[in-house]
Amino acid sequence: MYRYDEFDHDFVQARVAEFSDQVQRRLSGEISEDQFRPLRLMNGVYLQLHAYMLRIAVPYGTLNGKQLRMLGHIARKYDKGYGHFTTRQNIQFNWPALSDIPAILADLASVEMHAIQTSGNCIRNVTADHFAGAAADEVADPRPYAEILRQWSSVHPEFSFLPRKFKIAVTGAERDRAAIQTHDIGLHLKKNADGELGFAVYIGGGQGRTPMVARKIRDFLPEADLLSYCTAILRVYNLYGRRDNKYKARIKILVHETGVEEITRQVEAEWQELKDAELKLPDADIRAIQAYFAPPALTDRPEGDQAVKLARLDSKGFSDWLDQNVVTHHHPDYAAVTISLKGIGEVPGDASDSQMEAVADIAEKYAFDELRVSHEQNLILPHVARADLKAVYDALVDIGLATANSNLISDIISCPGLDYCALATARSIPIAQEISQRFASLERQREIGELKLKISGCINACGHHHVGHIGILGVEKKGSELYQVTLGGSADENTSVGEIIGRGFSSDEITDAIEQIVETYLGLRLNPQEKFIDAYRRVGPAPFKEALYAGETKAA
Amino acid sequence: MKILTANRLTDGIAVWYADGGWAETVGQADLAHDKAAEDRLEAIGAKAYADNEVVDVNLIDAEVVDGVVEPVRLREKIRAAGPTIRGDLGKQAERAA
Ligand code: HEM
Ligand code: SF4
Repeated sequence: MYRYDEFDHDFVQARVAEFSDQVQRRLSGEISEDQFRPLRLMNGVYLQLHAYMLRIAVPYGTLNGKQLRMLGHIARKYDKGYGHFTTRQNIQFNWPALSDIPAILADLASVEMHAIQTSGNCIRNVTADHFAGAAADEVADPRPYAEILRQWSSVHPEFSFLPRKFKIAVTGAERDRAAIQTHDIGLHLKKNADGELGFAVYIGGGQGRTPMVARKIRDFLPEADLLSYCTAILRVYNLYGRRDNKYKARIKILVHETGVEEITRQVEAEWQELKDAELKLPDADIRAIQAYFAPPALTDRPEGDQAVKLARLDSKGFSDWLDQNVVTHHHPDYAAVTISLKGIGEVPGDASDSQMEAVADIAEKYAFDELRVSHEQNLILPHVARADLKAVYDALVDIGLATANSNLISDIISCPGLDYCALATARSIPIAQEISQRFASLERQREIGELKLKISGCINACGHHHVGHIGILGVEKKGSELYQVTLGGSADENTSVGEIIGRGFSSDEITDAIEQIVETYLGLRLNPQEKFIDAYRRVGPAPFKEALYAGETKAA
Repeated sequence: MKILTANRLTDGIAVWYADGGWAETVGQADLAHDKAAEDRLEAIGAKAYADNEVVDVNLIDAEVVDGVVEPVRLREKIRAAGPTIRGDLGKQAERAA
């Protein structure tokens, strides 16, 4: 795992000192809110409905036990005993006092964490495949490149005041688990015919009020050119991105308005000026960063097969969990485990202080002290010996985190919505809870199969509803909450934006409507192997519209 | 009818203007029944903001139910009570205790 060098330590310490001073000056009234707001946002501090909110970066979603334990400590000492893991692989605390934030940041710095660039019009936390370094299907771990991007983009003087926020994601596998095509820059790490590493480069993806799928502008960028090419993209964006209208300021709008051929030409032209200069990454530097991400020494544990076989016979719960939440590792004696933060009827992405501490213990004991936060708001143990899976399962059962629903309909992404968020137009969490309860039966969920349901409480789309197989957007209409449903979105290597299916539903109707959609799918799928998204792509919206609205049009 | 609300600078907690100060609950908030009273509340809010007591100051719609002041919009009802999914947190919890 990456460890801070002296420069990183000094940088983070200096920032803690600087921001602590700014907080003190704000509290004493020396600086006004107008002066302070941009400063607090640069340090992840928002104001929400009930209190301040602190967003802490988890670079490319990677954590160790000590860090997660510290997050648990912060939850207990300064917050109300829990935190919310987000779709950007970060964690948010909902109740910190402004006056406590300097102490929180000092605690975080002691475990090499911070809240820098988690807000504002800068390059945000770079996200990555949550199975990076463990996945059997990746060509190489994408995180070293995410770390190189982090170092380059941290307080980058040219790119700290962009037209709008800027999000980069990387994946190292064909099967995209990092939703790269929904990002401002999406990087797909791959090998060319000569076996050299490089990237397919996508730009202009985004969600929010104008969802767009990113466009590929380069099929293969040699790894050494990563920073010069990203610089070229950001220069073009910084120069031509619209600053006159906040809603048109993201690079997706620039790509759309300029046209992908022309913007590719501009980027390539800019890059010609940069590519052979100081931004070219020396091979030794890339290897040095890669060394930090070397996988742990995974000794052979061939007894795992037999152990798993026996434990399966013993426990149906374990067997279900194994089928649903455990995936193949590049080492045959190991597996990667998804710890679901989506217990039936629970708040998606929330974890309590003691759960965080217990998971930290499990990671230290059974998972080489490595953890990941997934953009689907779950935690991941990337390296667990198959021989230890039962022990891990038992430990998770003890803390209520063994729900076997990864990728099923109750594994819902939900933003905080109107229960916390100052921008929300409707609640999202209670809808997630009700749907989760309606589909509580694991047997029924597995019968339905893979189904990604995503909910946002306003058009900003933090809950990724545009790219849910089923997406739900909460809006306010005549003073009440109304839920619009989109179908057919997806955030993988075949990214698509869902289509609005028809009129919205009240909070009393929405769960029934979702059930109706699911029943319609079950009725029309060719066989149990045909997933919801594939069936939708085959038949289109008509049968779903018919099921949801036919009665009305006849009555009207 | 309108009432004046904000979040306290030091801890961000939602507060309402009541009886010459900032109360942590909405029930007894000062009501503005007419434009003149609204202007008066607005001026109080602007001053408290300038004095760095509160942030995000807003005049919001309210009504009186059973002798208690309640905000009208759902957003403001949730601010006044706490997250609807965590009855153990926020003002609603303090009230219950
Ligand atoms: C609670 C305070 C939050 C605020 C004020 C906030 C604000 C926003 C805004 C204004 C946008 C739209 C940006 C644009 O279209 O240019 C946005 C997008 C987004 N936010 Fe949030 N958000 C919050 C929480 C979250 C949380 C909890 C998550 C993760 C669960 C999240 C993840 C995202 C994502 C993934 C997007 C879409 C990215 C894109 O537009 O390309 N945000 N947020
Ligand atoms: S989608 Fe809207 S309601 Fe949900 S967290 Fe983002 S800004 Fe808030």
